Amino acid sequence: MNQIKNFTKGLLKENPVFVLLLGMCPTLGVTTTAVNGMGMGLATTFVLVMANIVVSLVKNGIPDKVRIPAFIVIIASFVTVVELTMQAYLPSLFESLGLFIPLIVVNCIVLGRAEAFASKNNVLSSAIDGLGMGLGFTLALTILGAVREFFGSGMVFGFQLFDSNYGMLVFILAPGAFIALGYLILLVNKLNKV
Amino acid sequence: MASKKESTFINMVLALLIVSLVASATLGFVYESTKKPIEDAQVNKKISAIKEVVPAFDNDPNAEMFLIEVEGGEALEVYPAKMNGQLVGAAVKTYTNLGFSGLIRVMVGFTPDGTIYNYQVLEHKETPGLGTKMADWFKPALVTDSLPKEASFFDWLFGIKPGSGGDGKVIVGKNPSQMNLTVSKDGGDVDAITAATISSRAFLDAVSRAYNGYMKKNEAIENKANPADSSAVNTEIKEMAQNKGGN
Repeated sequence: MNQIKNFTKGLLKENPVFVLLLGMCPTLGVTTTAVNGMGMGLATTFVLVMANIVVSLVKNGIPDKVRIPAFIVIIASFVTVVELTMQAYLPSLFESLGLFIPLIVVNCIVLGRAEAFASKNNVLSSAIDGLGMGLGFTLALTILGAVREFFGSGMVFGFQLFDSNYGMLVFILAPGAFIALGYLILLVNKLNKV
Repeated sequence: MASKKESTFINMVLALLIVSLVASATLGFVYESTKKPIEDAQVNKKISAIKEVVPAFDNDPNAEMFLIEVEGGEALEVYPAKMNGQLVGAAVKTYTNLGFSGLIRVMVGFTPDGTIYNYQVLEHKETPGLGTKMADWFKPALVTDSLPKEASFFDWLFGIKPGSGGDGKVIVGKNPSQMNLTVSKDGGDVDAITAATISSRAFLDAVSRAYNGYMKKNEAIENKANPADSSAVNTEIKEMAQNKGGN
């Protein structure tokens, strides 16, 4: 029961993007298309789950004063693993996400969950928490990407719905990310109150 | 719950040392095992770009690659494409630093007489939705519309007609010697991308750099003005390959 709650809280009630407002840099940066948002979300999910598992495993062996550097080394290793693997097997996705993959290291969701949850809970809870938070992040990025892609270029997941000449360019550019995110946060807060 | 380690000097050093050691060992292993696939992926990408921009060929352009020097900056990589030993075209990997956000790399394919066969944008940081249109903008409509795009539901609903651009923007199939390869705003013959003149200018700069470099190396062919005389081309290419090997 408790584990189910652990998992679902990341999806809506404590959604890292829409409610906690963590990890805004990749959220605003990569969500020009739904596919990019999803790729970024899944990469972050992997790092989040693995980092949570390892941090909760080693939490007792690491003295308090050096826990943050130790966590960052762990997170950075997993990010590099994702980066190299993606470069080798998904080169086109790697190209479109580009700079943002290494930036997962400083994504506050990952360090935030390691510090706030994994360093205080057991391995199973931590893994489930990481998975829930990661999927919540993926969901948020995919929705945001789809909204921006639809209004900006008339496509969703690369399927043309109307001619791209009639798209609102602002949604592809940075201001559109803020506008779309603002309205989505409004919507989610409304839903959470019901 | 087991008690936490005390924050003594020895404990801190040991903890960080062990964490770093394990992390670096893991990374070394992953690096070694992905090194080959990453190289393969990059070569594959290059080969598919070459296939895109030159007529059908049966040689290995990657193995016959040679460099041509251009004024100021790095040399251009040229990948000759041959069918049954005859030169049918060459892909030139070119670049420009004039992009709206700096460097743009383009693979441009030429037929032996210097006509642009096709091109592919390899690398850029242009504004999405504006400068990124250069990937298709300068190609004729037929190439672009090979994607299933016709009459989607929303087009029908709002009565939107597919955009019909003029022919002025197309550079594919044209020979730069017979046209001014700059945007119409600068007095050239090519229509720039709407709202992305700087990107268009940069793109055309890259293409003319490729053309100038390519033509300079092929002056022998140019003088004969006879593209059918492929033996000259082959000798030329062979000489270049030998020079490269000798160096």
